[in-house]
Amino acid sequence: MSDLLLSLALILVKLGLIFGVILGMAAYLVLAERKILGRMQLRHGPNRLGPFGLIQPMADVIKLITKEDFMPDQADKWLFLFAPGLTALTALLSFVVVPFAPPLTIFGRELPMVVCDLNIGLLYFLGISSLGVYGVVIGGWASNSKYSLLGAMRSIGQLLSYELAMGLALIPVVLSAKSFSLTDVVMSQADWPNLLKHPVAFLIFLVSIAAESKRTPFDMPEAENEIVGGFHTEYSGMRFGLFFVGEYINLVIIGSMLTVLFLGGWHGPLLPPIVWFAIKVLFVAFCFIWARGTMPRLRYDQLLHLGWKVLIPLALLNLLVTAAVLLAIG
Amino acid sequence: MASILFYILAFVLLAATLLCVTCRNPVHAVIYLVKGFFALALMFYLLGAPLIAAWEVIVYVGAIMVLFLFIIMVLELAPREQPQGPGWKRWVPGLMLAAAVIFCSLLIIFQDPSAASGNPAHFVGPRAFGEALFGRFGLAVEVVSFQLLFAAVGAYYLGRYQPREQDKEETS
Repeated sequence: MSDLLLSLALILVKLGLIFGVILGMAAYLVLAERKILGRMQLRHGPNRLGPFGLIQPMADVIKLITKEDFMPDQADKWLFLFAPGLTALTALLSFVVVPFAPPLTIFGRELPMVVCDLNIGLLYFLGISSLGVYGVVIGGWASNSKYSLLGAMRSIGQLLSYELAMGLALIPVVLSAKSFSLTDVVMSQADWPNLLKHPVAFLIFLVSIAAESKRTPFDMPEAENEIVGGFHTEYSGMRFGLFFVGEYINLVIIGSMLTVLFLGGWHGPLLPPIVWFAIKVLFVAFCFIWARGTMPRLRYDQLLHLGWKVLIPLALLNLLVTAAVLLAIG
Repeated sequence: MASILFYILAFVLLAATLLCVTCRNPVHAVIYLVKGFFALALMFYLLGAPLIAAWEVIVYVGAIMVLFLFIIMVLELAPREQPQGPGWKRWVPGLMLAAAVIFCSLLIIFQDPSAASGNPAHFVGPRAFGEALFGRFGLAVEVVSFQLLFAAVGAYYLGRYQPREQDKEETS
């Protein structure tokens, strides 16, 4: 019984720590995005609050909480209230299976540096990331607004088209790790990262995960100069804030998944593992912000063509070749 | 313990499906069905098949129900009239079902502590599952997948673009 309580307590402590770190990272990624985009557009970005504008996230939160939270007429009340929470929740839940450092041994007890090392961790990630669309879709539908509905429909079409390619791109990684567990995937990259072993799968995964999480150049669901704000047009105050935070938590998740699956996880010379993990995650996040500053948005038909006619056949071909090569090597 | 959980989950599944069929609002119906699928996934888990439980959530909840939502939105099936009756009638059943599913998953974790770390006491791992699926039952899997292929080709045939008679006359 005490063993059960101890392991539960450990899981709760790890959950609490990760919750804090992820929310903090999300808040400061908002600031980083505004600063970096500002610099790219020859502006300064927010720089008034504290040194270099470092207290800006606090000001944003206070503003969002004190804003009036209103609901459109004839909106589907309960679904409208529930949707933003669902988005933020699914974004947070993905992090449960991400291993961020090798297992530690403390007091003769092995302590895995992951909340829960599921033996089907990769499937868990895929499942949770496909649940994430419900918040967006239900929020867009319940708002009873044309723009929201358009945004919701766009996000469903986008998710369905790219989910398949994303899953197919992950199979080579599973094949070479011989396991669905993310810890094993990282362990299998001790010599070479998967980026070098499976470059095509990396590219497909990169494009699909950017499309799944609605980052530029795939931000059609909230294209502000076509459909106002897309699915979150009618939201205000902290409910909008939850959608917004969910998006930046997703950015952290993208960074962690790319790191774990393709960039070698915590492996790296000299520095301690957790520092390497953080560096890689932040680098990926920076690249996505950079892409937002430089790339134009795709047209919707181009997006669907890219998904169905390029990425899925390419992923299938890549899978076939990888499987054949792995079988030949033995 | 497992059999009690099974009956609770079976009740949730039946209630959710019944509400799905009788609900006037199509999006609410989809949400009820999603809850039913979560209950079904937990039932598979109780049977010692966590992998099938995961596929249940990924495929049915994550893909097929999302497609249903897409179709509902494309066809604009939202009810025009405002719902009648007190407000609690619309959210209490959904909340009760969700609470039952969450309660059952917590019970499973406390009943079998190793389930919290993803390794329940008795279960079929991904490897054994794959071997059974593509070895022992390989033929059945192939037959079913052919059937799905036929269905896809049939749907494409029925829905293919046919120029109408007057269009043909205009072009000729």
